[in-house]
Amino acid sequence: MTEQSTRQVLQGNEAIVEGALAAGCRFFAGYPITPASEIAELMSLRLPAVGGTFIQMEDEIASMGAVIGASLAGVKSLTATSGPGFSLMQENLGYACVTEVPCVIVSVMRGGPSTGLPTSPAQGDVMQARWGTHGDHPIIVLSVSSVSDCFDITVQAFNFSEKYRVPVIILSDEIVAHTREAVTLPSVQKIEVFERIRPSVPPEWYIPYEDNSRGVPAMAVMGDGYRHHVTGLIHDTKGFPTDRSEEVNAFQRRQFRKITNGFYEILMTKSFMMEDAEIAVIAYGSVSRSAQHAIIAAREKGVKAGLLHLITLFPFPKKDVDPVLRQCRSVLVPEMNMGQISREVKRVNLTSKVVAINRVDGQFITPTEIYNKLLSM
Amino acid sequence: MKDDRYEIRFGGSGGQGIILAAVILAEAAGVYEGYHVCQTQSYGPEARGGRSKAEVVISRSEIDYPKVIQMDLFLAMTQAALDAYFFDFKPNGLLVVDSTFVKQIPSSRVITIPFTRIARDEIGKEIVANIVALGAVALLSRKFSSENLEKAVLSKVPAQFKDINLQALHAGMKAASEVDLSHLPRSIISDEEKEV
Repeated sequence: MTEQSTRQVLQGNEAIVEGALAAGCRFFAGYPITPASEIAELMSLRLPAVGGTFIQMEDEIASMGAVIGASLAGVKSLTATSGPGFSLMQENLGYACVTEVPCVIVSVMRGGPSTGLPTSPAQGDVMQARWGTHGDHPIIVLSVSSVSDCFDITVQAFNFSEKYRVPVIILSDEIVAHTREAVTLPSVQKIEVFERIRPSVPPEWYIPYEDNSRGVPAMAVMGDGYRHHVTGLIHDTKGFPTDRSEEVNAFQRRQFRKITNGFYEILMTKSFMMEDAEIAVIAYGSVSRSAQHAIIAAREKGVKAGLLHLITLFPFPKKDVDPVLRQCRSVLVPEMNMGQISREVKRVNLTSKVVAINRVDGQFITPTEIYNKLLSM
Repeated sequence: MKDDRYEIRFGGSGGQGIILAAVILAEAAGVYEGYHVCQTQSYGPEARGGRSKAEVVISRSEIDYPKVIQMDLFLAMTQAALDAYFFDFKPNGLLVVDSTFVKQIPSSRVITIPFTRIARDEIGKEIVANIVALGAVALLSRKFSSENLEKAVLSKVPAQFKDINLQALHAGMKAASEVDLSHLPRSIISDEEKEV
């Protein structure tokens, strides 16, 4: 870990590794895949040096299993993959949801479906991140748009994961992952790092899934002497399978309540030139950068445009999108898919016109495309 | 807002070290010259061959869009790369080609330097052609001191190849310093000049 801040040129993927280490991540299990491989590569160098563990697994199913196991043993854990590997992780991701095991999964989006376009950017896995694993479940999905974001958001992802006992997904894309930028990373001492709350009662009093005001039960480390049964079946407060409707209902509702309780901090967005905007662009990931460039150009032509940059994609930041839709006569949602977030925006919509730019040809959306659209709106 | 983006594109074939050259230039710009910098790349699934493109955007202010919008300088190391990526020039942008491989040039406004031949004949290793080209590109951009370029090169190449890479860098800078930019045809002639 770098003790003092120095200016360096890093790739997005490298900054994710730095962010994870700064947040206290000491376990990585994964399987290499373009455009996420640099995360595993760098983790394999860095983790042993800080007393952590790196394992290259046989596939992504096992990778996710190892991550859950390590986290149950009390170690903050990370895996990183891209579309095809993310598909394989969905089964165990559901297991992490139902067992409330904190962990962070980075999915660097490339062209899909299937093997798709391995070296090309896309944003096609937004809904997969939200709904890829089956069953009704809350999950936190954060997006990154720059190298410094990759560091900051990764720290935030670990913090949310520990605080709410929920898997957190970081959605990156090929452009953010491979862009190198000059950054000065904050020193580790200046970063707030959150640790999961552990039981403070004696082992014989511990009730592993007991509700509390936050809805997040204290989590014992496996092997610490606290009885702790872990199952993928819906379980009662002791951790044993149940199908009693009142217990099932309490369990399911608590899963959602604990995330809803944290909306004030989980829902993150940034506004750019929104104060007097009449047209808004709502964008996320690398495309938000094209949008910002286009907005500056459009302003020079007298078009009052602004940007709402979504960092949190799920839970969907309705509280920030809603006022933008009230303020602006029309909203443009550019994304490198056929409209996965524009559909979410339309779900919030009251009266404004929602226009989309959709690109699925493996190419980045350029500022010119957004600019031309803004001038015609 | 004053847009002071200086945008450089490197084009070549996979294995020529195009991306490494861009990475070194980004390091020089971001770490040693104190610019904001974004370095991006695009390439196919092949490890060798295929087209490869790398870009460096340098600015005194923060960079939003990380890729090239309009090029100030384009280095083409192969004919295929020149044909594919020769567009989006700023007025008076510079086209630099490796004349060892590039024979058909679509513009008279061009700087031709045989980077690969220099690497082969003067340095004795064809593989450092990318660093020869890097030296030329950096000098022509007038954004870098030779000291900072040396530091950036040394930070990115293995210890046993430091001397040969520094030699290559300086060979490239020397070749570029012999180019007389005032003799290049201008891409745009102002209206006043036309009337005279």
